[in-house]
Amino acid sequence: MSNNEGSGLSVDASRDGQTSRREVVIASAPARIATSATARPISRVSLNVNGAVREIELDARATLLDALREHLHLTGTKKGCDHGQCGACTVHINGRRVNSCLTLAVMHDGDTITTIEGLGTPDALHPMQAAFVEHDGYQCGYCTSGQIMSAVALLKEPCGPSDADVKELMSGNICRCGAYPNIVAAIQQVRKSD
Amino acid sequence: MHTFEFTRPKDPVAAVAVAAKSKTAQQGADIRFIAGGTTLLDLMKLNVETPDRLVDINRLPLDKIESTRDGGLSIGATVRNSDLAQHARVQKDYPVLSQAILVGASAQLRNMATTAGNLLQRTRCMYFRDTAMACNKREPGTGCPAITGSNRGLAILGTSEHCIATNPSDMCVAMAALEATIHVQGPKGSRAIPFGEFHLLPGNTPQRETVLEPGDLITHVTLPPPITGSKQVYLKLRDRASYEFALASAAVVMTIAGGNVTRARIALGGVGTKPWRSSEAEAALVGQPANQATFRKTAEAALRDARPQSENKFKVELAKRCLAHALQMATA
Repeated sequence: MSNNEGSGLSVDASRDGQTSRREVVIASAPARIATSATARPISRVSLNVNGAVREIELDARATLLDALREHLHLTGTKKGCDHGQCGACTVHINGRRVNSCLTLAVMHDGDTITTIEGLGTPDALHPMQAAFVEHDGYQCGYCTSGQIMSAVALLKEPCGPSDADVKELMSGNICRCGAYPNIVAAIQQVRKSD
Repeated sequence: MHTFEFTRPKDPVAAVAVAAKSKTAQQGADIRFIAGGTTLLDLMKLNVETPDRLVDINRLPLDKIESTRDGGLSIGATVRNSDLAQHARVQKDYPVLSQAILVGASAQLRNMATTAGNLLQRTRCMYFRDTAMACNKREPGTGCPAITGSNRGLAILGTSEHCIATNPSDMCVAMAALEATIHVQGPKGSRAIPFGEFHLLPGNTPQRETVLEPGDLITHVTLPPPITGSKQVYLKLRDRASYEFALASAAVVMTIAGGNVTRARIALGGVGTKPWRSSEAEAALVGQPANQATFRKTAEAALRDARPQSENKFKVELAKRCLAHALQMATA
């Protein structure tokens, strides 16, 4: 948390009751006023996130990714490309892996969302998390939560036995550090132990 | 992203009524249905699509896959691509459709994308996707910079002097070869559209991509009864082994008896401005011996009218080899 003194704007991370720099920037962006008088239509949505029901008010344009990170402060899910091309934003909706950047929060009223924070804890790692640690399946870690969420979902999808089959089904998660061989090894270990 | 009003109608009739108020169902539509959102939100983030209102159809009862009375298959508009590809009847009776879907996109996207959304998938042309660039499809009359610019991935069949954008869908190529029918519920009632008539060539109206009019809601797609003994192959060629659009692809549904081809339905992807059903290829195949010489002649016939762009002359030969290879695979 620091002050950008040149612009006079505070860059505090968003907390209830305080205005973040990001919120100020968004408020000043041109908003189209359609037929209603409201410049920024605010919607309410109820999401079951990692077992807890969360009620949030947000701009209808907020993606599920934005809602998780900015409103619920669950920053384990990452924004890599924001266009469904990298997989860093992968979460589970009703048990299925999806790109949270390409769906709106308001579309998921009542849905069950699982993020990386809901998979395991530092004291009780999910077996996939433990396997990633054991096989050194990451370097910078930015793609990692998406990789793990994707891999856990893969366990319940039809997938052939070979490394090539795993690579095909994991092709929606990219890793700039190139940890792929170790990621595949981690996944195969968990698959064989199931 | 421009602001919009988000509504969730309680049934298809209400959905049609809301969308009927839109000025167009084509590029620039002010009211849009949203299902998976994987094309629409992608383009809304780029301000290529700027609807004032989104109509969420995800919770309408359009998500079933059921056998039809004639032994065919009915696929609901909001069935997820992954569910469609993994369905037992699709894998058994229409394997080309399953193969095509599974080589498209990524697992996450296949879990979100829907049947109807995939029918309406839009071009990946970089000029269309960039509002700083001119584009006749996005803004009619502004020109096509792709024709003299960067066009390696763009079309060689069905192009016009106004637009050379490729249709990127794999599912559509398989559905073209399966002769699917698209069922639409609109303000004036329901209608059934043969697959080949649904998508439009760009001509001088590249902003019009389908025959849909305001209010038209795709409710389901039907497939005819399976052809007994048909061999089905979808072959996709691209720069990366996975998660990449086609440079050229081919869907083959072929029946062979006594060493000769008795029936063939052929469609190409990655090379056409719409999913490219090839009657030329079919005519070259039927009655001929199922061998490599026939397959090569067929490929030549399919690409005879191809008009390559400055950067994709290779697509002509690539598409020929893709089709010939797919035909060979279908005889195995």
